[in-house]
Amino acid sequence: MKQISIPVLVTLAKFFSGATLRWVDCEPDKCQRVYFANHTSHLDALVLWASLPRHLRVLTRPVAAKDYWTGGPVRRYVSSLFNVLLIDREKVRAHSSPIDQMIRDIGMTHSLIVFPEGGRNPDGEMGEFKSGLYYLGRKRPDLELMPVYIDNLNRVMPKGEVLPIPLLSCITIGPPIWLEAGEGKNDFLKRARQAVLNLRET
Amino acid sequence: MTATCGAASIHFFPVSIAVHSVFANLICEGQFSISLLDGRALVLLVGMLLSLALLAVAGQVLRRQPESLLDQDIIRTFNNRVSGWLTITIILTITMMLPRWVTVVFFGLVSFWALREFIAMTPTRRADHRTLLWVLLFFAPIQYVLVGLEMYALYTVLIPVYASLFIPARIAFTGDTKRFLERTAKIQFGLLICVYALSHAPALLSLEYNQWDSAQEKMQRWDGKPAGLLLFLIVIVLISDGAHFAWDRLCGRHVIARTVNSTRTWEGLLGAAATAAVAGMLLHLLVPVTPFTFYGAGLMAMLISVMGSSGNMTIAAIKRDRGVKEYGTLVQGHAGVLDRMDSVCFAAPVFFHVTRYFLTSPPVDSGMNPDAAILFGQFAEYFHWMI
Repeated sequence: MKQISIPVLVTLAKFFSGATLRWVDCEPDKCQRVYFANHTSHLDALVLWASLPRHLRVLTRPVAAKDYWTGGPVRRYVSSLFNVLLIDREKVRAHSSPIDQMIRDIGMTHSLIVFPEGGRNPDGEMGEFKSGLYYLGRKRPDLELMPVYIDNLNRVMPKGEVLPIPLLSCITIGPPIWLEAGEGKNDFLKRARQAVLNLRET
Repeated sequence: MTATCGAASIHFFPVSIAVHSVFANLICEGQFSISLLDGRALVLLVGMLLSLALLAVAGQVLRRQPESLLDQDIIRTFNNRVSGWLTITIILTITMMLPRWVTVVFFGLVSFWALREFIAMTPTRRADHRTLLWVLLFFAPIQYVLVGLEMYALYTVLIPVYASLFIPARIAFTGDTKRFLERTAKIQFGLLICVYALSHAPALLSLEYNQWDSAQEKMQRWDGKPAGLLLFLIVIVLISDGAHFAWDRLCGRHVIARTVNSTRTWEGLLGAAATAAVAGMLLHLLVPVTPFTFYGAGLMAMLISVMGSSGNMTIAAIKRDRGVKEYGTLVQGHAGVLDRMDSVCFAAPVFFHVTRYFLTSPPVDSGMNPDAAILFGQFAEYFHWMI
């Protein structure tokens, strides 16, 4: 069943988003990575995942909000197809922090897609980054942190809409960054956010 | 058949006699036909494919020249255009050998893609989401379904009447009044140009045509295939675009509107129209794929050329307003379908309606039509005998 529905899902996601994937100053690679992107629409995780080349797609797990993707049987089924790592936004406890859960789940093979803004901004402007990316970088310094800029997807499916309109959008992936030795949390998050913003111009 | 291939206007063109003798069987006497194509249309298609392939090869050779010798930007634009049109022509060659609806669906997809490009680069507001959903997933497909079903009375009014009234009403219902007229106009214009106008190209395939028979001095049923008219439209648009570029470079002095396009000149516009007219008449002699008379073909080609140039300027004006050079580069990596189709979008509906008005069979039911149709034929005949 999944052998049929996954390609169908990928094709649908690609059609409705009309997404082009660009690699700027970097190459597709199977090494463990964290793709961090601006968050504009519920489709972000699905479309970014679907746009990746197939051999990377099977190794990549988008991190998404549990409350959205478990709302209703359709979303639950779709999220099971694209291998989502569901994070509970409401109940974050010290002993089971989402970061530990992510690190545990990716093991030594998988990559992640994260949206460090947490929520979506209705006007499409980029919000401040939450600290998760910093802790990921500190606990697993070997991960390549890839900035991703997603353009126009908020128009394909804005907040509060159910049906997407098939416009065109563009996903740009930029060169990886790492947590520098002795770099503070705020400095790093600011640098990471700037790395995503810089891709808007390229 | 005799009126098209016969003696009407051949005698002063020895070359056409030679061509006729070579292709005589295939073009004139043969009963050859595959779906939408007859022998003449096929010869024209093969000619188009060969010329475009030649241009593509030439473009590759030019690309390898040193930077100092040629402006690489122009070469890149040239190559993009040639490869874009080569792709379209190859697809058309295939679809025209299949049932008519395949070509209609192909144009539908082109329209859909152009509209996507248009809306993706035109800012709308969140409240327009539902309206855009209707436009992209209802009006655009339905327009082509109606064209496919040959429902002329519906597809000529669906978008100008129903859609263009629905769009502002639907936006008003959302309660978002900011830049209301501007948003309405953007969506209406996109739908009009990308879908409505372009749908008249495949609509050419659904009509029956008459032809002026100079021997009997009256209108006769044309026995060619309507695909020829669609090919005529595309060939002339291509030739006109190329000629416009060439005339601009060779003797362009008076720029039409620097703010829209600094390379398009009046000399280019007129030169393109003249070149298109000559090309249309030559086409009539070599591969007569249309029911037009010799001069009729020239006039129609001129009309296509002027409309095509206008379309190019209009789309360029929108692009300048939005600050993008090509629709294709707006969203990186997409081939700009709208960049290729702008001339066809403007030329198709006018070409369709003029042809339909004068030559459709049975004649258009209007008071003056039969006389006008004869006048149209006689007009051409009159000038023919002068030469």
